Amino acid sequence: MTENNLKVTINGREVLCSRNETILDAARKADVNIPTLCYDDRLEPYGGCRLCIVEIKDVPRPVPACTTRVKDGWEVLTETVEVRRMRKNILSLLLSNHPNDCMRCEATGNCALQTYSYEYGVDGDRFAGESWNLPIKDDNPFIVYDPNKCILCGRCVRICNDVVMAGTIEMTGRGFDSKPDTSFGKPRTLDNCEFCGQCVSTCPTGALIDKKGCGKGRAYEMKKVKTTCSYCGTGCSYYLNVKEGEVIKVTSDYEGPVNKGNLCIKGRYGYDFIHSPERITTPIIRKGDKQVEATWDEALDLIAKRFGEILEKSGPSALGGFSSARCSNEENYLLSKLVRTVFKSNNVDCCARV
Amino acid sequence: MAGLATSLGAGAATNSLSQMPDIDTLFLFGSNPTEAHPIVSIYLKQALRKGAKLVVGDPRQTWMARRADVWLNLNPGSNIALLNGIIHVILKKGWENKEFIKNRTEGFNELKKKVKEYTPEKVEKITGVSKERIIEAARLYSQADKAMIVYGLGVTEHQTGTENSMAIANLALVCGHIGRPSTGIMALRGQNNVQGSSDLGPLPATLPGYQSVTDPKLRAKFEQAWGVSLSPEIGLKSVEMLDKAIEKRFKGLFILGEDPAQTDPNAHEVRKALESLEFLVVQDIFHTETSKYAHVILPGASYAEKDGTFTNGERRVQRIRKAIEPVAGMAEWQVICEIATRMGYSMHYEHPSEIMDEIASLVPIYGGISYERLENESLQWPCPDKDHPGTTTLYTDLFSRPGGLAKFMALDHKGPGEKTNREYPLTLITGRVREHYNNGSMTRRVPEILEVRPEELLEMSSEDAKKLKISNGDMVKVLSKRGKIKVRVKITDRSQKGNVFLTFHFPDALTNLLTSEHRDPITGTPEYKACAVKVEK
Repeated sequence: MTENNLKVTINGREVLCSRNETILDAARKADVNIPTLCYDDRLEPYGGCRLCIVEIKDVPRPVPACTTRVKDGWEVLTETVEVRRMRKNILSLLLSNHPNDCMRCEATGNCALQTYSYEYGVDGDRFAGESWNLPIKDDNPFIVYDPNKCILCGRCVRICNDVVMAGTIEMTGRGFDSKPDTSFGKPRTLDNCEFCGQCVSTCPTGALIDKKGCGKGRAYEMKKVKTTCSYCGTGCSYYLNVKEGEVIKVTSDYEGPVNKGNLCIKGRYGYDFIHSPERITTPIIRKGDKQVEATWDEALDLIAKRFGEILEKSGPSALGGFSSARCSNEENYLLSKLVRTVFKSNNVDCCARV
Repeated sequence: MAGLATSLGAGAATNSLSQMPDIDTLFLFGSNPTEAHPIVSIYLKQALRKGAKLVVGDPRQTWMARRADVWLNLNPGSNIALLNGIIHVILKKGWENKEFIKNRTEGFNELKKKVKEYTPEKVEKITGVSKERIIEAARLYSQADKAMIVYGLGVTEHQTGTENSMAIANLALVCGHIGRPSTGIMALRGQNNVQGSSDLGPLPATLPGYQSVTDPKLRAKFEQAWGVSLSPEIGLKSVEMLDKAIEKRFKGLFILGEDPAQTDPNAHEVRKALESLEFLVVQDIFHTETSKYAHVILPGASYAEKDGTFTNGERRVQRIRKAIEPVAGMAEWQVICEIATRMGYSMHYEHPSEIMDEIASLVPIYGGISYERLENESLQWPCPDKDHPGTTTLYTDLFSRPGGLAKFMALDHKGPGEKTNREYPLTLITGRVREHYNNGSMTRRVPEILEVRPEELLEMSSEDAKKLKISNGDMVKVLSKRGKIKVRVKITDRSQKGNVFLTFHFPDALTNLLTSEHRDPITGTPEYKACAVKVEK
């Protein structure tokens, strides 16, 4: 462990840091918010967008907070007139080649560019000039890509190549024509993409969008319920986004202790079974060769009666239960309790034990 | 998991996932994390980017195997021979951790005697792995500072599954690679709550928290809490219940959220057993192969419809939260309470948090866990009391066996229960693909996933395909002694010559009609990972 022995002040608030920490880390410790566009905790700091520039007393020029390691005694100022002016310039330049169609953009309410433009009072008129008019790529079931909304922060490319190591997208083209894309602009298929949606989860604008949630509601309309994924045993956490009693989509929990916002195809997109029309919605009792719908009371009474009869006639050894590695701890505990206290045997097992 | 429990004390992963990026040598065994555990693989990839050495033991040329410093491309089912061979090399070269062996283990001499027989030459013959690779793997693993073995179901889903995991424990113990951060054994869990469901006691020999039903003191604790007397006899395992059902000596069964008629190998026998039951209750969110045999089907609530906890593969207890109302009005915990109460045993909780409180009072490793704490903290068991921060690394001083020492187990190579022969010359390995999950009941209901991965594919090497005159995309029949299925072929170098691969995600190509009846005698886990098949056009 590196020691926290460097004293740094952020806007006058003193914090102790280690030499591995950046100004951005220090600012977080001091509860000071510095705007970022190309930064994601899951990625190596990149310093590309320059929005996180800050001033340091007695250092001649502003530095990016995300890539600059702290030094002892530094007095950092994050909101001076000069850095705010520069940030405004950066945002204006970005907006000069951006559709500015927030009213119908899927990312509205969940877009860093929109948030900062609002905060810094920036619109797209200042640097008029050539702008992109590229076709929207909607070539696969999961991810819609509108390159016109891309701000070239490189987060999608970095998460795909450095974190997932899938190599699906890269920076293509040069100069004004450069943009993230698949190699040769090929459609995304399982041959070149895992459909994990990591690129969507890191995109700070509406350039990369989860197709499944499109048109189903704004970020601020959703009740976000933090939960644990029910697929494999890794235990990733994420938010179920619920609107009017329906799970609309899954969004990353960047603080998740296991996955830090990372998810795979199943975790991010595999939730449709919840509202499947094939769900069993009522108890069913077999009568002869037919299975017919019943009320809870009918079903539960029949179960109690039949299990009771078997218990009486054939004894505890003739009854048992299988539990499941799919169910919760509490349910597993209760099933075990049911078998041991009511069926009066220890005939209880997980049927897929490993 | 019974293997690790025997060798080390607890059937659980020894470390935390977040420690993985600092590994120096990663030994990945029988696990394909880029497909089956994609988020674990992100941690492992981080280690690789930081320069970690990689040894992969897998008959398939997986993503990781392709990038390995040493790929141990063993014949399916030859795990023990391979691990014995690696230990043989380590001892011969003097690469073992003598101090650790002396201070923290027992049974070393028996192991030493046993592995002496497993010379690299002999092991090469059994496993098909060249002796140079065996020696290099031994060097990379034993000489590393922080070395971690990460293993998956390729280890446990064999008839020697329990012994396979003991053999893995032997290797880690010989090198002293256990009980430190980023150094230990991680078993990757296939399902969301494998760990929690074995922790909390739906097991025939143990009460919740691995507390033996034959121990009168432990039984008394539960009897007092539950207000009834408990049977001191070890119960039947699932396989035994099914066997006895066929003999008409086992009659009533409650199946909660499982589908043995599809996911169990030797599905024919399972179906016969289910048919023989006098009364079968199945609770599930969808109709399954199993529910076809039910006398009563109860609707289950999905994880989005109830509060509760899952325990992940690193012993971390985490909340699930109710986001919507149960579609059928009741969640499983309420249903179980109702059944118990209607059978004359009053069972009542206002909220699942009260069930967790009861668990905490009876299960020492969960002693400090409550919903209140889980709101702000992330806890890994053992967490014995309210002030305990949980445990990230197990066995830093003592193993949880009596006496605190780990035990070496001298093991012999047995091989798979069913070997290939002239009629069935190929070995079928089963597993997962990234897009789907288990019997597919969840992922096949995601239209986008079904669009990109609509059907089962038989992965076959180009050599075998050429010999059988099969081209990519052909429909073929796969036959074993027990059954046959029709699938499309994908020719890929992921399969080595002699091996083919299928998943078990698709009911129209029911892979488990093919898989063998051999099981691990200790856990009853079926040998999903190797059976003999032939492929016909």
